[in-house]
Amino acid sequence: MNEAHSDLSIWVVIILLGIGTFLIRWSFLGALGNRDLPQWFMRMLRYTPVAVLPALVAPLVMWPAATGGQPEPARLSAAIVTVAIGVLTKNVILAILGGAITLFGMLYVLG
Amino acid sequence: MAPSPASQPEPRQAAAEAASARALARNPAQAFRFGMIQSLPFLIVIVPFAMLFGVVALEAGIDIAQILGFSVLVLAGASQFTAVQLLSDHAPTWVVILSGLAVNLRMAMYSASLVPWLKGATGRQKAWIAYTLIDQSYALAIQHYEHHPRLTLQQRLAYFFGAAVAMCIPWIAASWLGATLGRAIPDDIALDFAMPITFLAMIAPMLRTPAHMAACFVSIVAALLLAGLPSGLGMMIAALFGMATGALLEVWTERRQEAGS
Repeated sequence: MNEAHSDLSIWVVIILLGIGTFLIRWSFLGALGNRDLPQWFMRMLRYTPVAVLPALVAPLVMWPAATGGQPEPARLSAAIVTVAIGVLTKNVILAILGGAITLFGMLYVLG
Repeated sequence: MAPSPASQPEPRQAAAEAASARALARNPAQAFRFGMIQSLPFLIVIVPFAMLFGVVALEAGIDIAQILGFSVLVLAGASQFTAVQLLSDHAPTWVVILSGLAVNLRMAMYSASLVPWLKGATGRQKAWIAYTLIDQSYALAIQHYEHHPRLTLQQRLAYFFGAAVAMCIPWIAASWLGATLGRAIPDDIALDFAMPITFLAMIAPMLRTPAHMAACFVSIVAALLLAGLPSGLGMMIAALFGMATGALLEVWTERRQEAGS
């Protein structure tokens, strides 16, 4: 870890992320009770996982830090295999296994 | 001889009624144990994922107390990984926090959808539910409640807490274990890619509708185009584009169906 994040700033992240996450989970059940939510808001929430996680992962797949930011065949094919198995089987564990085997297999072959 | 199609629904319905009768007959302790038992299959994903978090966080230079701090205080896998990733990218603290929260926004939807089932709980019970409301405990609980709508509030709470205990405690323990064992893992295995693969494997089965696929596609394109922005910022903007796309396409599809019918 570099100097950009001191021990203190990591604890700040942990504590504020913890409080914020708790409040998100508590929101409707605890604070808002039975009130109905605006429909547009519920619609946006429905798409948070499929929008947030891909946005996080896409640059890591295209420009992995481990290769100095260069696109790399083993990682790219592992990503494609993972998504393909995940879409076809809907099985998270199979997708992870397929991706991992592809990654290590390709890294071994490409040496 | 193959059963005729007409005879099939009856045994299935009888089985469902028997399951409902069993669910309704459980006292709270039994409902708690049942929740624990039904959550056991999820441990196959939770335990390795939590260990991986420990290992990855340790590699990023986060110490064991902080790793435990994440798992105890945040208790939400994807956002913990996101925060660690952005911390090691040297993103500004506020970006790390906002991105971690963005990953957890879906849980507001979980919270809202539990209201009809659990609104009678006490404030303290609701606080404990909120603390342990993870993807898996939510998925199990909501299915159980919808299958057996006549359960009492006590039975619903007991089931939820059984599932929550059986998943949250292993999450915390396994992330500690990963952080402890992490030093023994050789440096040259491509651990950097464990998180992308895990996330991709989680996203892929969610791409059920055209709206979900469009949200995912737009957010990927936007994230790649905006990758030059300070770390985390491009991701947040791209995610907003993706969410808006999904919501708009959903509205559009509904309108078209209404017009067609």
